[in-house]
Amino acid sequence: MEEVEEEAEGYTSSTPTSTLTWISWFCSLPGHEYFCEVTEDFIEDDFNLTGLNTMVPFWKEAMEMVLDVEPDEEAGKIPDVSIVESSAEMLYGLVHQRYILTRMGLQAMLEKYETGVFGSCPRVYCDGCNVVPCGRSDTPGLDTVKLYCPNCNDIYVPPSSRYQGVDGIFFTGAFFGTTFAHLFFQTYRELAPAPFWKPPSSGGSSLSPRSISSTNSQGSRQTPFVNPNPYGGQKRASGYVYVPRIYGFKVSERARSGPRMQWLRLRPESPSDLDLVDWRGRWIDDDEGYDEDEEEELEDEDKPMEDFDPDNGEGDEDAEEEEEDGVPEHRSHEAKQRNAALKRASNPGLVNSAVTSPTTSNIPQTPLDIATRTLSLYTMSPSPKSLTGDRLRMVLVGV
Amino acid sequence: MEEISTGSDSDYSSSWISWFLSSKGNEYFCEVDEDFILDRFNLTGLNNEVANYSQALDLITDTLDDDIQDDLRGSLDVQARLLYGLIHARWIVTARGLQKMLEKYKRGDFGRCPRVYCQSQPLLPVGLTDVPYQKSVKLYCGRCEDIYSPKSSRHGSIDGAYFGTTFPHLLFLVYPSLLPPKSGPPDFPGVVQNAGRESADSRSRRRMREELEVSAAASEGAGEGLSTAAVALKAERYRPRIYGFQVNEVAKLQRWQEAVRDRQISRLETYEARQP
Repeated sequence: MEEVEEEAEGYTSSTPTSTLTWISWFCSLPGHEYFCEVTEDFIEDDFNLTGLNTMVPFWKEAMEMVLDVEPDEEAGKIPDVSIVESSAEMLYGLVHQRYILTRMGLQAMLEKYETGVFGSCPRVYCDGCNVVPCGRSDTPGLDTVKLYCPNCNDIYVPPSSRYQGVDGIFFTGAFFGTTFAHLFFQTYRELAPAPFWKPPSSGGSSLSPRSISSTNSQGSRQTPFVNPNPYGGQKRASGYVYVPRIYGFKVSERARSGPRMQWLRLRPESPSDLDLVDWRGRWIDDDEGYDEDEEEELEDEDKPMEDFDPDNGEGDEDAEEEEEDGVPEHRSHEAKQRNAALKRASNPGLVNSAVTSPTTSNIPQTPLDIATRTLSLYTMSPSPKSLTGDRLRMVLVGV
Repeated sequence: MEEISTGSDSDYSSSWISWFLSSKGNEYFCEVDEDFILDRFNLTGLNNEVANYSQALDLITDTLDDDIQDDLRGSLDVQARLLYGLIHARWIVTARGLQKMLEKYKRGDFGRCPRVYCQSQPLLPVGLTDVPYQKSVKLYCGRCEDIYSPKSSRHGSIDGAYFGTTFPHLLFLVYPSLLPPKSGPPDFPGVVQNAGRESADSRSRRRMREELEVSAAASEGAGEGLSTAAVALKAERYRPRIYGFQVNEVAKLQRWQEAVRDRQISRLETYEARQP
């Protein structure tokens, strides 16, 4: 950064009309807070600009503007200053995309990151984790800039609309590029949350605490955090996952409106759990997988999962065939029902391995048990005129 | 707005509630029916939570004596807000309260999900606890099923107990047809700019879903509607890449998460297949 300032001063002297360089002026504009200042010697090195001259109209004029060089021949050729201005912005943006992947650029962005210029993750259980700007495309004009949160590995729309490029001609996502955010956290691993997380209090669950007590968070900071993977994130993750509750009861996953998306935010408790899934995304060893899963999201009676068999069945067709062949006769009625349900569900992409497993039908069904433990069906009877008319009446029907 | 005229002094014209609802920062609140407030049964236990309970209640219902001291009026206003908030939390889980909040939800009054892949899904307010003065209000997204902090600090300082932990989940339990789709544009784009094709699109899509639901209900005879067991497969997610290559540790975590997802889906499908 010192270099930038030195050079900036050098150039300002050559342009007596303004005290700012074009670059620092551009980066100080409202809505341009996410940009860092690219050093002029980076821009002056032609190697760094390879291929860009085909993407930017009025290349020479744009270069002169960005570098604050007085144009040689006045006017004449240039139809309109505003066109050159937008070319200069495009040029700067594209150079910026490359610059922030260099050591100096990463360093400059680190300073901005640590002062919180990019803001923090809006997700409650990311606990205000700082975010970095991120593009979804490296080609300009396709998408606005997004913010990447290293804790939930997700991208968010910036809170203020001024980052949406409404004032500019083109969108700014490509000025940060698809790579930067991730190279940044690979470079500064101490800022990247690890992919596993153990709830601080023993016996707690990784799901959202009923009421977060301050003692919990204090306890978590006592032991130094180590990720056994030296190339992985070295920061303790914020791992709570939101659990919807109705009158204090968890909404059962068996309800139609039950939780379906907790996987998106879930982390395993130990790093070795990650190895339970192979490169195709299948469980390698059932038993361990289930133990951990039961703790996290299953109630005790959800035993059927134990017969999940990853090697069994590739898709719907296989599933149906196997059932018809392999299921004993007295089970065939049940099998037919299941097949019918499978067809109704019609998810061609899904591996229905659990359904094909021969042990499935051995698990006793305990509907009463389930009904008493899970809240999945309500009926409402609004009767506005009675004394308690406006209170919601709920009747547990059972499953 | 019928009860505006309840106050005998028509000079002030508007009731405390409508003044409260129209003041800046209170956009998340809906109007509680006066009948609900006047039914003492609905207020059971609130007298322990609110100081100057009866005067605060009088203020809310515009029956407070005019000759009250100004210094008391100030503190009374704070108590009245607390009381209204706690009543509000109870009101929005009633049939009529849900309906009122539903209208606000469809208008997008609670903001939209900041998650890029949720495609501006409207949010619903939710508390992390039902006890006042603990946690500020959060916003629940029915698409990613996660909670977010409000964008503006005005909303960020509202007590979460005024909405309660139950409300959004009860809404989707009572109106399962409102469960947002896991992909594609939301059912209520609401925003005026994309009113044209997109809303027509989603309207027809919603109609289609409703039709499907009706036919499914008819065929099953149970009124259960469509299965949601495998909806998670439709959810899109972001995949970090460096020069087009996946980032090892993140990719590994995402594979694990998707394996957890697939396991839940097969668990639910096994369960549904067993239902008579």
